[in-house]
Amino acid sequence: MHGVITIAATEIRIGLRNRWIILSSLILLAFALILVLLGSAPGGEVKTDAVTVVVASLSTLSVYLVPLIALLLSYDAIAGEIDRGTLQLVLASPVSRGSVLVGKFLGHVAVLAIAVSSGYGIAGLVAFFANGAGEAVALIGVGRLIASSTVLGATFIAIGYIASASVRQTGTAAALAIAIWLFAVVLYDLVLLGGLLASQDGFFARAVFPWLLVFNPADAFRLYNMSAIDALAVGSNLGGAGSALPLSGLATMLSPVAWTAIALGLSTVILKRVRP
Amino acid sequence: MTEIVKARNVGMKFRAVEALTDVSLDVAPGEQVALLGHNGAGKTTLFRLILGFIKPTAGSISIAGFAPGSDAARRVVSYLPEQVAFPKMLTGREVVRFYARLKGAAPEDVQAVLDKVELVEAADRRVDTYSKGMRQRLGLAQALVGNPRLLLLDEPTSGLDPLSRQHFYELIADVSRRGCSVLLSSHGLSELEARTDRVAILRKGRLVADGPLAELQTQADLPIRIRVRAAAGAVGSVHAEIGGGRINCASVELCCARGDKMRILSKISGLGAQVEDVDVASPTLDEVYRYFSNNGIEQVQRGDIQCTA
Repeated sequence: MHGVITIAATEIRIGLRNRWIILSSLILLAFALILVLLGSAPGGEVKTDAVTVVVASLSTLSVYLVPLIALLLSYDAIAGEIDRGTLQLVLASPVSRGSVLVGKFLGHVAVLAIAVSSGYGIAGLVAFFANGAGEAVALIGVGRLIASSTVLGATFIAIGYIASASVRQTGTAAALAIAIWLFAVVLYDLVLLGGLLASQDGFFARAVFPWLLVFNPADAFRLYNMSAIDALAVGSNLGGAGSALPLSGLATMLSPVAWTAIALGLSTVILKRVRP
Repeated sequence: MTEIVKARNVGMKFRAVEALTDVSLDVAPGEQVALLGHNGAGKTTLFRLILGFIKPTAGSISIAGFAPGSDAARRVVSYLPEQVAFPKMLTGREVVRFYARLKGAAPEDVQAVLDKVELVEAADRRVDTYSKGMRQRLGLAQALVGNPRLLLLDEPTSGLDPLSRQHFYELIADVSRRGCSVLLSSHGLSELEARTDRVAILRKGRLVADGPLAELQTQADLPIRIRVRAAAGAVGSVHAEIGGGRINCASVELCCARGDKMRILSKISGLGAQVEDVDVASPTLDEVYRYFSNNGIEQVQRGDIQCTA
């Protein structure tokens, strides 16, 4: 336990020092502000609260950016430390390999949480005040977005460890991380779309598609945020397949949580076989 | 007292490559042992076995009676890899504190080891401002923290200037005086500057020598080189008298076995005014090392190293 805390604290310290946190929160903030400022113009006199609209746009942004930031944070965790010789030192000390991974995970999730909350938090407040102080309940939407983005990020941090522990070169781990991102965030949805178009009888759309949608942690994240907004105010059918989903509401977030647990377990198993 | 490292007939095979074959090596408490060998001779493999990162394919190793890699064994051993790059953004003190916590060492230990390696002034500067020598001392500091019973140092002095190297060995000597065993690897004997109690030489995964330096020198029995500078015009008669080879028009060089040294020297002194100067060179540490690590090739040249010019 002592080792876990030490490793987590050091990861956070390094994240703060090497400007990782600043950089990623600035990126999130920049994109978020663009959405806030552009989004409010055509909004005009719509009944829906402006902040809620912003949260809807930000959750789409999150699906792309947060997994990317998470993977960039984690791909170096094992392969890079072996390269630099520091993992050998850690493993030579009386700390279990499981604790090493959990410590890194907690540290990286904290780094990501700080980045997401400062980036989205500032953007949320800007939207809130720029539109003449909307309903306070809309701010809860921002909080929900930050929390669910952190959970999504945690999932991809854990998946990044699998990539990092299974290869020896940092470069290979980086390539693997980008491939994971491309597949989970971009290609997966395209494949599903293709499936919907190809299946004429609607069986795929009814029985397979909803499961596949929830199966992907990034899509599950999007579904959760859209359904939460649906319930709140917007009223439009942003959630899309909402009615036919196997999981609904907060339960959709079980998908990224389960992925996190599986990925952490798997990367621990792989790390135990690593011979530095 | 139990040996800190006890390796018995250890073999390590990586697929088709035999990295270590039948290596038996003991390290007693407080003893300093230098492990020598070319690149790829198996030094780092032996270290990884002692750390428990890999398991031997033959034989056995125990660390103070514990299995390598077990928690108990890891509390005994401290390691400094050949290449280590600490996080650039952390300060020296933060790096040492990190490893101190992992090892469960007392917080005041951090200051003590920084003091010992003379990094106190630089302790609160970032590691990326450190020179190579300072980084190496930082590496030693993290290894020293927590009072280990065995220091495992993989080529700790490669790339250090002679002064830092000397300082490094002084530190290690101080540590071993307090009862900590030291097993360090190095490329050559000359780099060690005869500072360790015992020398073990690995050649292609086999232990070819293991003993105190003086013993190895006797065992190698390399010839001694004697160079005689003759007085003007006398080089011909000196050469005729003592043999060997003329290396220029003023000097004669010959090699002899240890046992013959005094006989030949007295013969030279008998030449009186014909001789201007005599230079006697014992085999260097590098030559002794080369003898063991290249055994066979060197044997051909034995007895007349560079004397056949």
